[in-house]
Amino acid sequence: MTGSQANGARQATAAPDSQMPAIELRGISKAFGPVQANKDISIRVMPGTIHGIIGENGAGKSTLMSILYGFYKADAGEIFIAGQKTAIPDSQAAIAAGIGMVFQHFKLVENFTVLENVILGAEDGRLLRPSLAKARKALKSLAEEYELNVDPDAVIEDIGVGQQQRVEILKALYRQADILILDEPTGVLTPPEADHLFRILRNLRAEGKTIILITHKLREIMEITDTVSVMRRGEMTATVKTAETSPEQLAELMVGRKVLLRVEKTPATPGKPVLEVEDLRVTDSSGVERLRGVSLNVRAGEVLGLAGVAGNGQSELLEVLGGMMQATGTVRVNGQPIDLSGPHADGQSRRAAGIAHVPEDRQRKGLIMDYAAWENSVFGYHRDPAIQRGPLMRNAAILDHAETQMQRFDVRPPNPRLAAKNFSGGNQQKVVLAREIERGPDLLLIGQPTRGVDIGAIEFIHQQIIALRDAGKAILLVSVELDEILALSDRIAVIFDGQIMGERAADTATTQELGLMMAGISSGKAA
Amino acid sequence: MERMPKWADVVLIPLISLLLAALISALVILAIGEDPINAVQLMVKGALGSTYGWGYTLYYATNFMFTGLAVAVAFHARLFNIGGEGQAMLGGLGVALVCLYLPWPHWSLALIAATVGAGLFGAAWAFLPAILQAKRGSHIVITTIMFNFIAAAFLNYLLVGALKPRGAMDPSTARFPEATNLPSLHDILAPLGISFSRAAPANIAFLVGVLACVLVWLLIWRTRLGYEIRAFGHSEPAALYAGISPTKITVVTMMISGALAGMMAINNVMGEAERLVLNATEGAGFIGIAVALMGRSHPFGVFLAAILFGFLYQGGAELSLWTNIPRELIIVIQALVILFTGALDNMVRLPLERMFMAFRRKGV
Repeated sequence: MTGSQANGARQATAAPDSQMPAIELRGISKAFGPVQANKDISIRVMPGTIHGIIGENGAGKSTLMSILYGFYKADAGEIFIAGQKTAIPDSQAAIAAGIGMVFQHFKLVENFTVLENVILGAEDGRLLRPSLAKARKALKSLAEEYELNVDPDAVIEDIGVGQQQRVEILKALYRQADILILDEPTGVLTPPEADHLFRILRNLRAEGKTIILITHKLREIMEITDTVSVMRRGEMTATVKTAETSPEQLAELMVGRKVLLRVEKTPATPGKPVLEVEDLRVTDSSGVERLRGVSLNVRAGEVLGLAGVAGNGQSELLEVLGGMMQATGTVRVNGQPIDLSGPHADGQSRRAAGIAHVPEDRQRKGLIMDYAAWENSVFGYHRDPAIQRGPLMRNAAILDHAETQMQRFDVRPPNPRLAAKNFSGGNQQKVVLAREIERGPDLLLIGQPTRGVDIGAIEFIHQQIIALRDAGKAILLVSVELDEILALSDRIAVIFDGQIMGERAADTATTQELGLMMAGISSGKAA
Repeated sequence: MERMPKWADVVLIPLISLLLAALISALVILAIGEDPINAVQLMVKGALGSTYGWGYTLYYATNFMFTGLAVAVAFHARLFNIGGEGQAMLGGLGVALVCLYLPWPHWSLALIAATVGAGLFGAAWAFLPAILQAKRGSHIVITTIMFNFIAAAFLNYLLVGALKPRGAMDPSTARFPEATNLPSLHDILAPLGISFSRAAPANIAFLVGVLACVLVWLLIWRTRLGYEIRAFGHSEPAALYAGISPTKITVVTMMISGALAGMMAINNVMGEAERLVLNATEGAGFIGIAVALMGRSHPFGVFLAAILFGFLYQGGAELSLWTNIPRELIIVIQALVILFTGALDNMVRLPLERMFMAFRRKGV
């Protein structure tokens, strides 16, 4: 999108390479029990640059940053700030050294104003008034300088996540941070909010601030960073100039093998409607209407992607369709209405109607983490008469079956006796997916299929979804990752505040248009 | 990745906890001026040194087996049934009604009917707290405790009123007819040529208790219901996802739990007292909690823990009989065992886990 602008800025600031690094880490190691989270990591981050750190979940990115911010103590290694060897035993020391951190989950007091949050922990004296006045002035100038505008008197719980994130950045800058670390900053943002964040980061870089951006999204790395370091299994596998690399190369460095980033698929050949939803409404226990008249349909042989920022009703939609939540309205599957309340609005009836469900939260819902993989391989289908003998379950048969299933879905390690909690996120997801796909459901509900899943497994999971589509099944895909929606869907619907904002064919939809709809701005074509 | 080998979790931790409890008990005995070694000898001799001692140990153990299983089954659904005491009292009522008001030709038929009666009454007493939990969210710990008091008051009312034979002076039912008297271990073992104390109260209910352990094991790990109970216990949202009704599982699990607690009555009421007396349960319902904790909610663990607590009960009784150690000290010892095996479990577990981790790292 703003690629040319980014390139221009990059060339302007990345030049002074001979300078002293703003931060240098030498030989950092950290182990948790037998797990080596960081192994002999050394990096140099030049001042006035944006340095990306990319790696899969569990690669050790967050551990490294926690060491830098004084949350963990490294087992070995040294930290140099602007050439000075610095010990960072706690976060106070990190702040004193000019390091500011913006966490993935904000650390703000919800019922304080922006101003109060900014001065919290940095008050000048026992009386608040002078500090508040000083902070108000400081915020005003910061806002002008970096496009960091937030109403200083707004209460945190009343403002959006994008603005809350700006408050976190303001907090760091108010404490004179020269080095800003952002941990997965775009995870909760809409595309326009993410663009705004990137503008802010570019402004900060132009003023000579150093920024470390931790992310698992290749697109962001390519868009905004000057240099990028790749981590894999606790080790720093490479540090390269962003301009001299490509997403494919980075993915290969992250995973350790060649990865297909694009999903190969042929155009869909949709058939008759499998899922028809009309005027679906859900009110939660506190009386808030979460779904406000949702209507949509999914046909056989197509993937309908439901895009939206988390918390806009897509979870409720999946739960209603999966039989975990009561609702009003009409839902038909293969032309037959299904119960939305009463005793038959449960998971068993849904499965009987041909609906399979890969839930958004596989660890809390899709799996019993303490159950072995073989026990999980029939979870939800455990009443199938084929696996019962009188009152007993045919455990040996289930075990055998799970073993072949795990091999077919490349679950690693392929040991059905291992508890689900001992598998990685990607392999847990494969266990769930295998279970839901194998009985050939007419409709697959799938929420956040690749959240917390490593890149190698993402490829496999995407292929399975497309294969199911090609077998003539209907798929409702919910994801907060717009890239994923765009890659997999044949049609895209956008949900905002419990309502469908509109639908687009996937091949003509643009990120910008969808982004606006995700922010609640309905465009002319929206129904 | 497992932090510790399974045998350490199942065997080593309870054993260490037990040793610690024994150690502190020894210190307490020293502090009141008695000889702890002598005390241990007396306890072992009194509880295990004769078939008479064994007879009492196994009699108590049978009570604890039923109440321990009751708590363990509920634990699997993450329900804390503290109402074993009240459910066992109601079980006693069930046994009394079956034995007193129905004619029985033979003890075996009476035993089956009394087991069913005890189970039904115990289950019914657990049903109300269960349905209140499932439908209204009333916490089962609170309601089952309250139901213990209601059960005690209810039995009190019946035993001084409707169930008391006319003219009797003590609050209890009439003696059960001869045909319902259960064979004691003496009667069972005599044909096999093994002589067992005639005076000891251990009876065939012990074998029913062992059978109950096996059946509970089958239920929990081999049946669909057990699968659903454990799934619900691990994660309620996941149970909902799989279409397992939380209401149904809560009610069914609690009724099974209540039935098991109730069945204790075939041992103490039908097997030993042969009539229903006031406070027949003598706190066995609460000991069941400790037994289930120590047995890690596994039927075999419950079996072993029940034997241990039977030993403590009988050994403790002997101790107060032959020494100046007051009866209250036995409660101290039992409390220490409960404290170390239940509440202070992590005190032993965490250092042990760390040790195993360090050991493993060195091994790699």
